[in-house]
Amino acid sequence: MTLAVFLTLAIASVIFALIMVLTKNPVHSVIFLLLTFFAIAGQYVLLNAQFLAVVHIIVYAGAVMVLFLFVLMLLNLNTEAEPRQTARWKLAAALASGMLLLTIVGALRGGAELPIPETSDPHVGLVKNLGRVLFTDFVVPFEIAGILFLAAMVGAVLLAKREIR
Amino acid sequence: MLDVVKTVPIDYYLWLSCALFCIGVFGVLIRRNALVVLMCVELMLNAVNLLLAAFSTYLSDAQGQILVFFIMVVAAAEAAVGLGILVMIFRNTHTTDIYLLDKLRG
Repeated sequence: MTLAVFLTLAIASVIFALIMVLTKNPVHSVIFLLLTFFAIAGQYVLLNAQFLAVVHIIVYAGAVMVLFLFVLMLLNLNTEAEPRQTARWKLAAALASGMLLLTIVGALRGGAELPIPETSDPHVGLVKNLGRVLFTDFVVPFEIAGILFLAAMVGAVLLAKREIR
Repeated sequence: MLDVVKTVPIDYYLWLSCALFCIGVFGVLIRRNALVVLMCVELMLNAVNLLLAAFSTYLSDAQGQILVFFIMVVAAAEAAVGLGILVMIFRNTHTTDIYLLDKLRG
């Protein structure tokens, strides 16, 4: 049952990602990337990483993709006006990424022999546990992430603002 | 013990993440719209996130999921700044075609 759910989500995410890459219309790209993200969120739920699943939905589906969609509409790019690559370039891109896939798969073969512990703690991905780790062991990186967000916010506002003359 | 740890081998997560990452690379190479290229970068980040979360659950170590959280933070900041730059580029050149963005090339 779990394996079936995993395989369904995996195949769905790969198919959605392929459609997202291959479709001509940027708006369709955004929507299929959103569907891919939902499939990945399903994987997080399957892994009992509840905190990550919720944050993933809120951050990616709720914030990042809406931002992308907004910019797409703002710049009036929601047409199929994107110039296409030449056939030779497409072939080269497919070859390059396919060979990268082969290389990574070849390098990572033998994952079944990895020492996975027989008894694992199923509560590792819950908010309680992650919050405890985040605010004890990782409290300094957490604060630095806050500063990073502040810098990104100021930078984004400064970049997107029209210059006042 | 989680059901998924017993029934799904960790290999499957490795292959899935590799496939998603390589689709992202393919998209970066094949698309000419800078916005879609940024989206493909997000897909690659998510492939890595998925693998980190899977290993974190399989080894019952919370640090992997904390790392995923920080990657999400950086990805959100990156998307905001990247889109800001993109809006500015569009304002100056009236296009987001990456082929016309080679002005820095000597």
